Amino acid sequence: MSELALDTQLEAISPARLAWIRFKRHRLAMVSGGFLIFIYLTAAFCEFVTPYGTDTRNVQAINAPPMTIRFQIFDDKGDFHLQPFVYGYDMHVNEDTWMREYSENPEKMYPIYFFSSGEHYQLWNLFETDLHLFTAGEEGYIHLFGTDQLGRDLFSRVFYGARVSLSIGVVGVLLTLFLGVLLGGLAGYIGGLVDRAVQRLIEVLQSLPTLPLWMALSAALPVAWSPIGVYFGITLILSLFGWPALARQVRGKFLALREEDFVMSARLLGASKMRVIFKHMLPSFNSHLIATATLAVPGMILGETALSFLGIGLRPPVVSWGVLMQQAQNYQVIVLTPWLLIPGLFVVLSVMAFNLLGDGLRDAVDPYSTGGQS
Amino acid sequence: MSDPVPEDNVLSIRDLAVDFKTDIGMTHALHDVSFDVPRGKVTAIVGESGSGKSVTANCIMRLIQPPGKIVSGKIDFAPIRTDGYDIVALSNRDPRLLDLRGDLISMVFQEPMTALSPVYTVGNQVAEAILCHRNVSRQEAWQEAADMLTRVGIGDVSRRIHQYPFEFSGGMRQRVVIAMALVCQPELLICDEPTTALDVTIQAEILTLIRDLQQEFSNSVLFITHDLGVVAQLADQVVVMYQGRVLEIGTVRQVLKDPLHPYTRGLLAAIPGLVQKGSRLETIASVVGDADLETPYPLTHMADGRQVSLSPTLLREAGHE
Amino acid sequence: MRFYIIKRLIGMVPTLLLISMIIFVVIQLPPGDIVTSTLDRMQSQGVEVSAEQIINLRAQYNLDKPFVMQYVSWVGGFVIGDMGYSYLFSKPVNELVWERLGYTLLISISALLFTWVVAVPAGIFSAVRQYSIGDYLLTTVMLVGLATPSFLLALIVMYAGYEWFGISIGGLFSPEYRDVPWTLARVGDFLSHLWIPMIVVGLGGTASTMRILRANLLDELHKPYVVTARAKGVKPLKLLIKYPLRIAINPFISTIGLLLPVLISGEAIVSIVLGLPTTGPALIEALINQDMYLAGSFLMLLSVLTVVGMLLSDLLLAWADPRIRYE
Repeated sequence: MSELALDTQLEAISPARLAWIRFKRHRLAMVSGGFLIFIYLTAAFCEFVTPYGTDTRNVQAINAPPMTIRFQIFDDKGDFHLQPFVYGYDMHVNEDTWMREYSENPEKMYPIYFFSSGEHYQLWNLFETDLHLFTAGEEGYIHLFGTDQLGRDLFSRVFYGARVSLSIGVVGVLLTLFLGVLLGGLAGYIGGLVDRAVQRLIEVLQSLPTLPLWMALSAALPVAWSPIGVYFGITLILSLFGWPALARQVRGKFLALREEDFVMSARLLGASKMRVIFKHMLPSFNSHLIATATLAVPGMILGETALSFLGIGLRPPVVSWGVLMQQAQNYQVIVLTPWLLIPGLFVVLSVMAFNLLGDGLRDAVDPYSTGGQS
Repeated sequence: MSDPVPEDNVLSIRDLAVDFKTDIGMTHALHDVSFDVPRGKVTAIVGESGSGKSVTANCIMRLIQPPGKIVSGKIDFAPIRTDGYDIVALSNRDPRLLDLRGDLISMVFQEPMTALSPVYTVGNQVAEAILCHRNVSRQEAWQEAADMLTRVGIGDVSRRIHQYPFEFSGGMRQRVVIAMALVCQPELLICDEPTTALDVTIQAEILTLIRDLQQEFSNSVLFITHDLGVVAQLADQVVVMYQGRVLEIGTVRQVLKDPLHPYTRGLLAAIPGLVQKGSRLETIASVVGDADLETPYPLTHMADGRQVSLSPTLLREAGHE
Repeated sequence: MRFYIIKRLIGMVPTLLLISMIIFVVIQLPPGDIVTSTLDRMQSQGVEVSAEQIINLRAQYNLDKPFVMQYVSWVGGFVIGDMGYSYLFSKPVNELVWERLGYTLLISISALLFTWVVAVPAGIFSAVRQYSIGDYLLTTVMLVGLATPSFLLALIVMYAGYEWFGISIGGLFSPEYRDVPWTLARVGDFLSHLWIPMIVVGLGGTASTMRILRANLLDELHKPYVVTARAKGVKPLKLLIKYPLRIAINPFISTIGLLLPVLISGEAIVSIVLGLPTTGPALIEALINQDMYLAGSFLMLLSVLTVVGMLLSDLLLAWADPRIRYE
């Protein structure tokens, strides 16, 4: 008897552990997961990570290019220590174009101080503090990604923007998930007329050109709405057209699950439809849902970015990656201040990370799918 | 000791070894497999799943794909139509490889349901085999295909030749696959468990068909199966394989009536009979001691022409007569 | 086959009706309407408007009728080819949309062709040579392509064009050809401008198409029917094309339909960035100015375009796969 127990213990690996083992083999997915955790953490603590607030202006640096971090290896006395610093700007006006141009001035050497105090802020509206990850001290300034036309620090704004853009991705997907599971589940579980109605709706929504419709809907958001209202409005609009793909998957899965014995027995015991769906059927495929949801986040991020870029999504003073790129609408701006495209780099990186992570998760929970459609 | 390749063997496999690279390391699929396939006769390879039967067949057709790799050995092929050569030594781009596949040697696979492409008509896929190897017009190829389909027992050919595989039943599809394999009159036909996926009644029909066709075209057949009943019905010579090794080679009579290797005895004992009412089915492990299977021994030639891989003790016991 | 086509054509009618309802509701969503914004404008210019004029204006735009009646007259007009009047351009919508729609169609279709020409060979190569350096390279480009918003790509192309080649990229015509009748030289000028939006719009689709084709082909490459065909002695290249590729392309054909909405969306935003005279910039202008007939017509026409595109891809699929045809 005890031998038998030992045997089963050796044999049994839970499905979750098995999935984890498979997931670990996807090195790119692991790296992407790590990157996403990192960038979400910085977004959550962006007040601390960045040296300046979103509206702090440096009038000495309008449209100034990114600074390079340099290292002083020996100090004046010749002692060895690694001290990072940046050079301040010298501004002069180009006689041909009448544009401000900046060059580094080795005279102005601003050392970088870590865990130093700078601007006051309230972290999450809870703690009053002035601690920053790094600053350039009282007299210096530091703009690692350069500044925009109002002299605002792009590095700080990118991380504040991450908070908005990345959270829209997650909130939007949660909403999509809810709509998709509810409608797809109902269609698959009840069948008949409901199924046909949902199917038709899915077909219609999938044949609509998404972006023009997003544009129409976000143009309909009242101008008077508060930033929070617009934020949720845009998220809702993005989810409204995102759920059909998910609902289709859920429906197919539900059709198969409906025939299973444990669902039948729950029904015979008198469980309500909602209870059967959410308590009994959903848990048996939530791992697939997680993978699918991960793969749906990029669409949300890209949607928000596109709408805000066009000026009909989020609006200043809200800072998001799309809002930041609004300034780079025409090529004169891009040619003179190409660093305004840096937020785009963050969009690309996070979307790539979500795609890779989603692929890894899907392969881990379902080793037989290769991402093909059939 | 190396024996000369006898004139009457169409195929002679020597010391064939195949490795598969897996996540946890190398798996040796075949170790030093050696046997001959006599011309004009039916040779059966018997063994359980994973014994290396299909891998051996795929080696002959050079169908081993990465992560699998032929590590060593040779397969001497002696066709009548052209000069002989070592199949293992052919490069992937050797034109002889394309003649070998489908023309000189052809193969019938286990799964008739998936062995044909769903998007081409049956006629197209059978005629293609001819068009690949003979310089004939499309029309002639289709005519030959129709003749061969009739020969394997498909009725109403003029209509059915234009149908798609999904309009055929499993047994009918296997007939199509057999027609496709025989249409170029290969010198060697390899059948890889051709009846495993079929209903019992259909199985019998297909086996009869294969035997009749073998007698009609008098080609050599290498028949792979795990079913000793099929072996008794069809084969002249038997090769018993286990875990990538050859355990015993002999004529059907020798191997089935008087098996030398304990594993072969186990296989025979595990056949469910009709008379043993109420008794339990034998498992192979209950007949064969583990020790006899774990350690490999080289094949030894016996006085009566058969070969067997046995421990020295068992060999002394068996080395009678 | 004929029966299948007729069945699908009839099935389009309720789809289009539903789409028209959704679009009508969407364009009615913004608070206020044409009349209120017209009045705002007139009053800000100091023009006095009488109550009678307001009633006349409302009647002119059918705004005095119930919501459902407004919808019916809009859809009814659409069917007979009357798409209403654009307040923004003071012209019938009919005169405004067709040329822009033509350019949208041209750019989208050329982007689709670009997608195919690039994605199919790339997808095949990276599946057949899985884990080779070429595969890794293509897969990396594909990953970046999937993650890059098309407007960002348009911006980068503009920057690169100016910085490295000293040309300003944008528009579909050089200034000297902008407002002249079509000649051979104008066609040439048009084509020399077309390739940039074509690549920019097509790249995202190319990445997703290649990804799907690669995955499908990897699924098919080791199927038994491929082994059977190889055992038959079919030459390697013919084998690849006739057997696994032919099957892998089927689900891929069905995704063309889904690719169209994506391409049209991409086209809209890229046109706004590059300043192309297509539907995108006009649509956003119409939306911002609440020119609902113009906006509604654009939305409706783009949707019709996608629905027809999906129908074509379904018919193509039925033609390619006998299993669907015989259903």
